[in-house]
Amino acid sequence: MPGTVQSIERAAAVLRLLSGGSGRLPLGEIARSLDLAKGTTHGILRTLQHVGFVEQDSVSGYYRLGPALRDLGTNYLDVNELRSRSINWADPLAARSGEAVRIGTVRAGQVLIVHHVFRPDDTFQTLDVGTMLPLHATALGKVLVAYRAAAVGPPRQLDRFTRRTILTPRALAAELHRVHEAGWAADIEEMTPGIAAVAAPIRGYGGLVVGALGISGLVERICDSHYHPHQHLVAYVRDAARAISQDLGAARR
Amino acid sequence: MTEHYVVTIDQGTTSTRCIVFDSRGRLVSLAQHEHKQYFPKPGWVEHDAAEIWRNVERLAPEALRRAGITASQVAALGIANQRETTLLWDRDTGNPVGHAIVWQDTRTDSLVRSLSEAEGADQVVQDSALPMATYFSGPRVRWMLDHHPELRARAERGEILFGTMETWLIWKLTGGLHVTDVTNASRTMLLDIHTLDWSPAALAFFGIPRAMLPEVRPSVGVFGTAVAAFPGVRIGAALGDQQAALFGQTCFAPGEAKCTYGTGSFLLLNTGAELVRSTHGLLTTVAYQMAGGPAAYALEGSIAITGSLVQWFRDQLELIASAPEIETLARTVADNGGCYIVPAFSGLYAPYWRSEARGVIVGLTSYITKGHLARAVLEATAWQTREVVDAMNADSGLDLTTLRVDGGMTADNLLMQFIADVLDVPVVRPLAIETVSLGAAYAAGLAVGYWPDLEGLRQNWHRAAQWLPTMDPAVRAAEYGNWRRAVERTFDWTRPA
Repeated sequence: MPGTVQSIERAAAVLRLLSGGSGRLPLGEIARSLDLAKGTTHGILRTLQHVGFVEQDSVSGYYRLGPALRDLGTNYLDVNELRSRSINWADPLAARSGEAVRIGTVRAGQVLIVHHVFRPDDTFQTLDVGTMLPLHATALGKVLVAYRAAAVGPPRQLDRFTRRTILTPRALAAELHRVHEAGWAADIEEMTPGIAAVAAPIRGYGGLVVGALGISGLVERICDSHYHPHQHLVAYVRDAARAISQDLGAARR
Repeated sequence: MTEHYVVTIDQGTTSTRCIVFDSRGRLVSLAQHEHKQYFPKPGWVEHDAAEIWRNVERLAPEALRRAGITASQVAALGIANQRETTLLWDRDTGNPVGHAIVWQDTRTDSLVRSLSEAEGADQVVQDSALPMATYFSGPRVRWMLDHHPELRARAERGEILFGTMETWLIWKLTGGLHVTDVTNASRTMLLDIHTLDWSPAALAFFGIPRAMLPEVRPSVGVFGTAVAAFPGVRIGAALGDQQAALFGQTCFAPGEAKCTYGTGSFLLLNTGAELVRSTHGLLTTVAYQMAGGPAAYALEGSIAITGSLVQWFRDQLELIASAPEIETLARTVADNGGCYIVPAFSGLYAPYWRSEARGVIVGLTSYITKGHLARAVLEATAWQTREVVDAMNADSGLDLTTLRVDGGMTADNLLMQFIADVLDVPVVRPLAIETVSLGAAYAAGLAVGYWPDLEGLRQNWHRAAQWLPTMDPAVRAAEYGNWRRAVERTFDWTRPA
């Protein structure tokens, strides 16, 4: 077994300490209780504050547990914030690809569409923000499951939408493995006949996947003659997803 | 053949941005630097123009490097800028005389009050088509000359120069060309909006020497060639930022309007060659002028508090952690629960212009939750838009059929839907995130023939999102009535000392 990481142990001790008693402690007391130097303790607290696990009272300067801890296990990034932070990258993706752009996140075991940019051809289109889509039959959903966004597992019930929809857990597992290897997902007529899509993960702090970004359109525009998504479209989607991730504080990868 | 691009400088209130666009109006690269805000006294806001120029010199190579191009590939440079911010500088040294006085600054308050009583004020209002207010540059120049009497004689000899930010930047870029564009000039109170030249009556009234003023030029047309920052590049356009957004939204025809939703919001309606004087509290302004052509005019409705109400909700009430969360909180309830917030924090702007009004929250009952308050915050932006649109329809005789929107708040779907609902017209967001810079790029590109004509630019405009009205007309009428009653409750709150 590899050695343990001391600073993580110390951070855990700080959180335990703040979860007991009055729940509000000054820096000096935290440092004394754990027998740590004030500077070290301050560094740990600032890091915990940065990820939202700890917050500091602006008047007293005391530390307490932060709101992000309460939301552990659910989406830690507000969906409207995700849209706000993505909008400057989703628009250029639509412009470059010429296709509609959507951003999805996990809600109640499905994909929740949180942002939608029209295909830039000025035809009549309707905003479908708020729509729910299946995880196993969409590129957005596959990305979210493959990277366990919001701790979601593979869906148990695999409904059939077209003759190409993935219907067995085994086939889905193999597909998710491919998504992981490639870093992006596609669905080719698996949800709607004639429609194909490509999606890539959006990461937040520490690399956690908080959503998926993708384009979708007519299969003959998205795919080449071998029924594979065009490489340049895949590159556009991945570049945009990476740009949003960097904006959200994920490390460059 | 090497590809060519258009570059813009957007000199804004908090930062300066430099953007490179390609021939389809797509953003290629962006560089941005913030500058310091100075608040020397309550109500005073200043910028250091020397710092802003240094930022431009840093941004230019940064934006070109990120785009992977050289200055020789830049077909034209366009400038958009914060409006009404006022600067004096020394013609010989090129150094600013003190800081620039920013558009939000209200130090000319008492000066403007006494001037509005003075003989000749009516003629100035007639010539400039603007009300006497602290908002505009002319009174600031007068204030500067009053408070630094040693400058007056030098100003009369043309040794001290006045300019708004585009004038300052063009002067620095070209190494001494002293010019402004008609849109910026139309915000000084010194321009005769009919002749598009300085009004002799206004200059006499404010006591401002003609020698210190820049030459007024069309917004779209070659101003000169840069020798600094972008050496060798032609400056093809300069526009005030809101006019640039109108241009970027390709609102070229009378009746086309856009609203930019930011800290405050600015709705501009193109009225074409016709100069419409508002009788409903709107401003008349120049939309743009192409070299050799007539001016296109616009009506402008300024709303002081929109995005800043959300910031207040976040920072002062601490009910949300980030601005976008207002939508999440507002969606926890189905309606406003009978609660209305009128954010007359420093009085009401268009169409009321009541400086004594102060904000209210009305309709509070024990039923009201923070979700209802969040709704009321968002609805306040929509109702204020409705009031400005009503005033525009009444003034122009044109009925708004679609509202084009841009700015940060367009990410809020609940708000955009509500605006469509209360205006009863479709609200459309274009696939162009930077309409201010894009407008400056379009104008500069047109000036040098990079783009052939206005019609060609329309081809670049694409719809990214659209919200259609769905509200029951009876509900709309009842809610608007409630909003107006809430507004009445803000009147006469502060009393004259």
